[in-house]
Amino acid sequence: MSQADANPLDPSAPLEPLPGHSSHGRLERILRRGEFAVTAELNPPDSANPHDVYERAAIFDGWVDGINAVDASGANAHMSSVGICALLTRMGYAPILQISCRDRNRIAIQGDVLGASAMGVQNILCLTGDGVQAGDQPGAKPVFDLDCMSLLETIRIMRDNSKFLSGRKLTSPPTVFLGAAINPFAPPYDFRPHRLAKKIAAGAQFVQSQYCYDVPMFRRYMQQVREMGLDKECFIMCGVGPLASARTAKWMRANVPGVHIPDEIIRRLEGAQDQKKEGKQLCIDIINEVKEIDGVSGIHVMAYRQEEFVAEIVHESGVLKGRRPWRKEPNPVDELVAARMEEILEEPRQIPHEMAGAVGDSETS
Amino acid sequence: MADEPTKTTQASLNKKAAAKTAYKPSGVSATGRNARSFAIRLWSVRHSRALEWFYARFADVFLKLHPMWKAIGYQRAEGPVKFVEKHVKGFLFDCRMCGQCVLSSTGMSCPMNCPKQLRNGPCGGVRANGNCEVEPDMPCVWVQAWSGAQQMNGRDMILNVQKPVDQSLRETSSWLRVTASAAASREAAANPGAAQ
Repeated sequence: MSQADANPLDPSAPLEPLPGHSSHGRLERILRRGEFAVTAELNPPDSANPHDVYERAAIFDGWVDGINAVDASGANAHMSSVGICALLTRMGYAPILQISCRDRNRIAIQGDVLGASAMGVQNILCLTGDGVQAGDQPGAKPVFDLDCMSLLETIRIMRDNSKFLSGRKLTSPPTVFLGAAINPFAPPYDFRPHRLAKKIAAGAQFVQSQYCYDVPMFRRYMQQVREMGLDKECFIMCGVGPLASARTAKWMRANVPGVHIPDEIIRRLEGAQDQKKEGKQLCIDIINEVKEIDGVSGIHVMAYRQEEFVAEIVHESGVLKGRRPWRKEPNPVDELVAARMEEILEEPRQIPHEMAGAVGDSETS
Repeated sequence: MADEPTKTTQASLNKKAAAKTAYKPSGVSATGRNARSFAIRLWSVRHSRALEWFYARFADVFLKLHPMWKAIGYQRAEGPVKFVEKHVKGFLFDCRMCGQCVLSSTGMSCPMNCPKQLRNGPCGGVRANGNCEVEPDMPCVWVQAWSGAQQMNGRDMILNVQKPVDQSLRETSSWLRVTASAAASREAAANPGAAQ
């Protein structure tokens, strides 16, 4: 229990409030201390089994400061982000709840924010969301009642003014660290930094970028961002991820909205003996370049279906500088049970029902 | 059936003529896609400066007519004004009658034509050629908005954070609403005591 940024009484409980912090979470503390933060994206299971979530989160254990729970990414239905976050907070992880505007209107979203915050979620990432055409159910009704900007503003109003969008009062406001997404790699390029400024004005405190494969382009973007002074007003995390092969890269470029992969990246992958290994190395190389750019406060690793590489990528790129992020410790109660397991199994089972002499009653009914 | 070659129909010709993309929309036929035209919408964006100038004069005239609207009653004027507004803006901007026009803040490119109805800037899915992620045939509304806004006097208006759309104002006249609120604020300024 001697880990940094953990509640000494209960790992799943929120941390003590600190001055200047809007949430009781770990991610905000790390970023505000000026440490290089690492977040990763959890591939949401298509199941109703909580252990699928725990297993997928355990891969990142001790390597990341926050875990993004995606909200039906690519417009495909998966376990909901609120559900995943609720499970992760029980274990003491620091999940980042993603909310996309595609599937829910303002009434549902405001309710979800309160529910998630009550479950201990401290970080919320506000997204517009991919269009429904991107997923496997293109016949669905796209909602888009709010957009990411008005979503940010809505949650900021809920947190800071303790009010719903309608003005109705909240008895206790959600304490959350607000995030947004940026994509410096899509046109109109000269509008993108201004859009970040708008997001900051709307309430964004940290941003995670789309996959960065074009470092010079990201550098130009960051140059503009620094000139506008935006890197001082919010924490910018660069999105990175390993590519499994040149074919995957080409597929992603053509089919995943907003992903920009330059030709030389694909050529480098095609020229490699072991494309998967090269993809990982490429990711590490990109991290090493972006971590040196002024104004970058962290990285967001999106290793879709290659989650097992996240630990290696983070380790080999050395972004943590020896820091050890929070990791789940075995519950002392579980240990106690494990030690006494045999004893427990040998003991005759005590059935309170039988002991009360009510056996006959239950058999007849 | 199999031994007869398929007859060429207009629909099959259209299907062949449609640009090949990965996009397979459920509700739009190839005929519909070929028939869609964005020429007038793009013209409006190119002439955003002139339209901005014209709209400013037009709004003044509408405000001068305030006594007339009041005499007729804003309620009763709503019908005919809405009809004219819908068709004029429908022709020029493909207006969707959201009832809270922000064209002057969005470079004369109507943001309600965005499939995600974004009112605060482009999403991250804009294609490298500047077209929409959802409808690959359509130039992104917000790429257009940015270029339109650069020519306008109020070019910084695009940087304001817009409030979410009030869906209860759909299919109402935004011209009359703007005029009524401008008239109300003018009256409040003229006699400050009366407001209480």
